[in-house]
Amino acid sequence: MSTIVQPAPRSVGRRVGRTALDWIPALAVFVLGIAAWQGLVAAFHVQEFLLPKPTSIAHAFWDQKSALWSQGIYTFKEALGGYVLGCGLGILVALLFAAWRTLSSAFMPYAVAANAIPIIAFAPIMNNWFGLLNPFSKMAIAAVLCFFPVMINTLRGLTSVHPSSIELMRSYAAGRVSLFRRVRIPNALPQMFTGLKIATVLSMIGAIVGEYFGGPTEALGVKILNDSSYGNFTDAWAGIVMASLLGIVFYAVVALAERLTTSWHPSSRAFHTE
Amino acid sequence: MNAVSIKGVSKQFKAGVTALQGIDLDVEPGEFVSLIGPSGCGKSTLLRIIGDLTKPTAGTVEVNGKPAERARRDHEYGIVFQDAVLYDWRTVAKNISLPLELLHWSRSKRNARIRDMLELVELSGFENHHPWQLSGGMQQRVSIARALSFSPSLLLMDEPFGALDEMTRERLNAELLGIWQETGSTVVFVTHSIPEAVFLSTRVVVMSARPGRVAGLIEVDLPQPRTSATREEPHFFELVTQVREQLAAAGAPLGETQEPALVEDQA
Repeated sequence: MSTIVQPAPRSVGRRVGRTALDWIPALAVFVLGIAAWQGLVAAFHVQEFLLPKPTSIAHAFWDQKSALWSQGIYTFKEALGGYVLGCGLGILVALLFAAWRTLSSAFMPYAVAANAIPIIAFAPIMNNWFGLLNPFSKMAIAAVLCFFPVMINTLRGLTSVHPSSIELMRSYAAGRVSLFRRVRIPNALPQMFTGLKIATVLSMIGAIVGEYFGGPTEALGVKILNDSSYGNFTDAWAGIVMASLLGIVFYAVVALAERLTTSWHPSSRAFHTE
Repeated sequence: MNAVSIKGVSKQFKAGVTALQGIDLDVEPGEFVSLIGPSGCGKSTLLRIIGDLTKPTAGTVEVNGKPAERARRDHEYGIVFQDAVLYDWRTVAKNISLPLELLHWSRSKRNARIRDMLELVELSGFENHHPWQLSGGMQQRVSIARALSFSPSLLLMDEPFGALDEMTRERLNAELLGIWQETGSTVVFVTHSIPEAVFLSTRVVVMSARPGRVAGLIEVDLPQPRTSATREEPHFFELVTQVREQLAAAGAPLGETQEPALVEDQA
């Protein structure tokens, strides 16, 4: 019998991540990169305001950790609010477009055109509309940034269903709702997550850049901007590190959710077949 | 009452292409009928018309005495495609249970039936595997189990073993016959393999191409149960030759496997 049977179901831990061994190359690159940065800055006597040493940034980060944390959380909340709003609307619109083709053909050209607009340019407008100190002005810009990649990717996943999958459901006299629930939506999950992962980064960008155009002092973007304008570049770098850490954790959480819900997909299989 | 009753069915696609013309065919309950013909003779189209997955341009189709659409809505048939069409996100057990969920069976009833079906297609122990962890032959067995899970009286099969290697195909042929005898269902089976059609069927419908018509009917009186020994009997070869000659007479060059020909309607 020409059976290609792979090992029976694996433990969740194995399914979710790589083993510690898989991380060694990436860790090595990180350590080497930081060491090279530190070494080159020292060797060429690069001035602190141009590029501080990693140790100086780490020092500044540690000194201000509680302030950075609360500023980071403030900004992250804006990003998260925009993320939920933008991604939710993106998924909703994708579902509507997939369900009603006329709706899609009427609005899709404008969606594509709007996608080509550098949306971040609207940040000052949003600040004007919703108020400089109102977190919603930053949520709005983050939401608009998140909307398109999530909508486009989800729609592609919903509509790229193999015709025989649809015929099979038709043979069972399954209705539209059933077809969405049992075929189109699960089929769309991998592509939807592609959009959701891109959106994590975009939401942080939206919130921080929105704050660059003005916001309360408890916001991370305002802190980075102020430190820069007063010449405290090491402190600004510490703020950037905080923003990066939050962005990476945000991305990782969504990636983990993806692994857990779409472990059946070829892109996830590679990590747990061998 | 016939399991399938086809009267004067024609199918014309857009741009005047005639896929089927004037098809009349009755299938009695419990029969195993194969539709065989060259590529482009409309045999798959005919199967899809029986299943109400496409509408005929003229003529009527009844399944168990009901119009095809009613029959589909009443879940009178199960279908197996050339591709197994399994959902990667569902396990083997959940794939088999799909039609049962749509029929609102209770969980305990579903689980009991899944166990029975896995046993029937000899896949016990694989219920928690995903389709992509199985070989092509095993996937097709899951697909058959799914089609039969809700005990439809009619099984429609569209070249289900066409993508499999010869050895797997012969083994699944024998398994399918066992399942057919166990379940007592009616089977309409599309194939372009002559030995497969003869080995499986109680009756072979030979179709001609451009436009698709019924060119001949051949009763297969090989005794049941059929085994691999059946394939070596002289009468098996006689029947294979008979089908081959009818196909040739119907205008299909031997071994022809061309793409579906698009033919202008002359009528």
